Amino acid sequence: MLDKYDVVIGLEIHAQMITESKCFSAAAANFGDSPNQNVSFVCAGYPGTLPSLNKEVVKKAVKTSLALNCELQKVSYFARKQYFYPDMPKGYQISQYKEPVARGGCVTFYLNGEKKEVALERAHIEEDAGKSTHFGQYTLIDLNRAGTPLLEIVSRPEMSSPQEAAAYAKAVRQILRYNAVCDGNLEEGSLRCDCNISIKPKGQKKLGTKVEIKNINSFRFIEKALEYEILRQARSLELGELITQETRLYDATKNKTFSMRKKEEENDYRYFPDPDLMPLILDDDMILNARRSLVELPVDRLDRFVNEFGLSFQDAELLVGEKELADFFETISNKTQDPKLSCNWIVGEFLRLTHERQTSIEQRPIADDDFAELITLVIKKEISGKMAKDVFEEMWSSGSNPKDIIAQKGLSQITDQATLRELVLKVLGDHPGKVAEFRSGKDKLFGFFVGQVMKLSRGQANPEILNKILKECLK
Amino acid sequence: MQISYSSAKVLATAMQTKKVSAEEVCQSYLDKIHGYGRELNAFIEASDKAIERARFLDQQKEKTGSLWGVPVAVKDNFCVRGMKTTAASNILRNFIAPYTAHCVARLESEGAVVIGKTNMDEFGMGSSNENSIFGPCKNPWDTTRVSGGSSGGSAVAVAAQMAPLALGSDTGGSVRQPASFCGVVGLKPTYGSISRYGLIAFASSLDQAGVFASNVDDAALALDIMIDKDPRDSTNIPRSLGSLRNVAKASAKGLRIGVPRDFMERSLDPILKKQIDVLVAKLKDQGSIIETIELPHSSHAIPVYYIVAACEASSNLSRYDGVRFGLRKTPDNTKDTLNLSELYRMTRSEGFGEEVKRRILLGTFALSADSYESFYKKASQVRRLIADDFKSVFADCDFIIGPVTTGGAFSIGEKIKDPVSMYDNDIFTTPASLAGLPCMSLPLGFDAQSMPLGVQIMAPSFCDDQMISFAKLVEELCAFSGRQDAR
Repeated sequence: MLDKYDVVIGLEIHAQMITESKCFSAAAANFGDSPNQNVSFVCAGYPGTLPSLNKEVVKKAVKTSLALNCELQKVSYFARKQYFYPDMPKGYQISQYKEPVARGGCVTFYLNGEKKEVALERAHIEEDAGKSTHFGQYTLIDLNRAGTPLLEIVSRPEMSSPQEAAAYAKAVRQILRYNAVCDGNLEEGSLRCDCNISIKPKGQKKLGTKVEIKNINSFRFIEKALEYEILRQARSLELGELITQETRLYDATKNKTFSMRKKEEENDYRYFPDPDLMPLILDDDMILNARRSLVELPVDRLDRFVNEFGLSFQDAELLVGEKELADFFETISNKTQDPKLSCNWIVGEFLRLTHERQTSIEQRPIADDDFAELITLVIKKEISGKMAKDVFEEMWSSGSNPKDIIAQKGLSQITDQATLRELVLKVLGDHPGKVAEFRSGKDKLFGFFVGQVMKLSRGQANPEILNKILKECLK
Repeated sequence: MQISYSSAKVLATAMQTKKVSAEEVCQSYLDKIHGYGRELNAFIEASDKAIERARFLDQQKEKTGSLWGVPVAVKDNFCVRGMKTTAASNILRNFIAPYTAHCVARLESEGAVVIGKTNMDEFGMGSSNENSIFGPCKNPWDTTRVSGGSSGGSAVAVAAQMAPLALGSDTGGSVRQPASFCGVVGLKPTYGSISRYGLIAFASSLDQAGVFASNVDDAALALDIMIDKDPRDSTNIPRSLGSLRNVAKASAKGLRIGVPRDFMERSLDPILKKQIDVLVAKLKDQGSIIETIELPHSSHAIPVYYIVAACEASSNLSRYDGVRFGLRKTPDNTKDTLNLSELYRMTRSEGFGEEVKRRILLGTFALSADSYESFYKKASQVRRLIADDFKSVFADCDFIIGPVTTGGAFSIGEKIKDPVSMYDNDIFTTPASLAGLPCMSLPLGFDAQSMPLGVQIMAPSFCDDQMISFAKLVEELCAFSGRQDAR
């Protein structure tokens, strides 16, 4: 049934920008504080108060817009979007309507190893509403969030699958986090995602009726909600029903969407230019400074890791997932001058222990220099890879330097040929019978001799040199 | 010394040099407010802290503020910390402001004493001060007549010697028109000069604080103090003016003065027309160049003003929802979960008066998706044309001179049932408001019923200093006399 339809998806992402104070007032934009602690007279919409735009918000919005390849608008305007709700103190939300701060733009990302590009419609600055908690017959209102700055990033309706939509949303989040403009926490709502979706018979030009899905708080739910919605819409069309233009809510526990309000029930927001605010005029210096503060895009970094460092796509994708991890990799790789081995160590042992010990990349207990030194010791064959893993664990728990651990535990490899020859001859002398069996053709016994020498050296014999000497002696 | 009839400047000096104490001055004005002032209904509340503050000032060794000890009456739409600030609305009847408006704080910083909060039309919506939950404010020249509005209480406070200075706000004429009806000086500076922070919004793009005084010098002094950069108001424009305190009287010679033909050809009270003609003739005699000017789009000022102001008001007044402050009305039966729309409906129905509701409805309609283009947007475009007319006139003129109103104060109840004829009152004041120009009303003379008449002067934006210097000349030429203790 589904292959008869084209799917058209567009996303509206609301990103809470990281600033000290709110969008239009001096109150702190902190989270997790006790309710209504960060509320000024301006936030509460007291009579006589006026909004004044926080310059930091503009800087962050400009930086984000540049990172999203948008075309910045030198002059943009603030408008009032009007509706009554108890957690919206002024009875209107200050937003940008007809003239947003940025237009166009695009986001590039990989979907199943293939490069995709999604074009953007616009990005605009707006203030957030407060939070209502329904509590029996009461509704409790917390205005801490009221007036915190948001950047709404609107994609064009050009995604064609739930997977692509989720990958796009992840890519946007990654860009926001890389540039430290938003912490991107969907569960806590610092990043919110509304999905617009319509389906139409394959090949039909005219778009189908659009449905907006709200209340999605994870990337997995973006996929699930859209999958559910595609199926629901396709079934309706199969039954000859019309799709109604409406806003639906996603219920994650039931994995279903429910109608919240039909188009006719939508508010007339009565947008008009906010007479309390001047046009937002961007000056060239500010744009230049924002441009200078941009970091390499995650997708470019991924390509560079594959092309320059020869990492596998999977490894590179994993490393660029978080900026801190990618930065860590580059630091270690620079010190060891061996990107591949550094990558293996980070993707392998490092991440294993990070997960096991439930810590984060930033809270790693080992110094970068020590970690790089350990890898260098492996490269120089001064320690076997297997031993290095033990040393690494020890470093993690004690915080000591790898050389100290090796010396303390006597873990360094025996590479001296004379010492090894001595050990080999000792083992061969102890097992004359086995030597005879080997020489008469029982090749499998070679492993036995290796094992014995390793035992004798307490595992410190360098395996390659040992093999060479053992072969010579058994001839 | 004589306290009544003294200018704010003279009073301040007298208190600084201890010729009279701030307490005595304050008490003398409070006595009038509590005495004959009761009948005039100019004050919503006299300050119970004013005397305390006056005593405090008397105790200070350094008495440096230029309004030292001077009582100032404040229109009740300016927030004053700890005082009721009602905007003459039931919805804010018990609202106590938690902070002080920027301009009031400026006056206080120069030693002024807030003596009380004055009556007004609810949220500034009205031209007669009859739209007040506290009842109409009466004209001291004839208490059967209106004071004008919306800053009626402040005009009356100065006219009836209940304060030497009063703060008002002018959205479409709310300072100039009551000043004209009460025979005092009313000054509205260029839009954006005085921070609006703490002024309860009616129509944000038009609202501007203004001042009432018995003479031009006092008004200029108050203005000089209040014009000050405030980052909390984004529409506040950094000051470019020099000091307004000792502006010299302009010389009439060579001044180019425009007299709008439209204004003079309206159905003006013939006495008023004559008096303006006489004033213009005097200016001409002294060497001014008089030109009849055209302001072709000003004939649309009333509809444009009432659309723009109503649209902004409908939005600005959305915050009065019964949730955080002010009146809250809920159904008596509270067993069920509170129905939100009931809360809004009941609170706003009981909280707002007729005229406020009318304008909220008009504004809501004019901003709706279907009418935005033909109302709000169209009105904004015509507003621009009105401003452009002034710009081209001011290319050839230094000032414009004309009437403030069509005549003297009308009777209480005469127009209140007819909103359109009430709106028509603003015909000569709304054009300058829409263009954001500095403008003043100066006492000119009296009509046949012995009610005061005013003359309006307008100047180009940010030429407030020049306007004041011209106003001093006009003040001298009018030689308005006759002072009014209320009966």
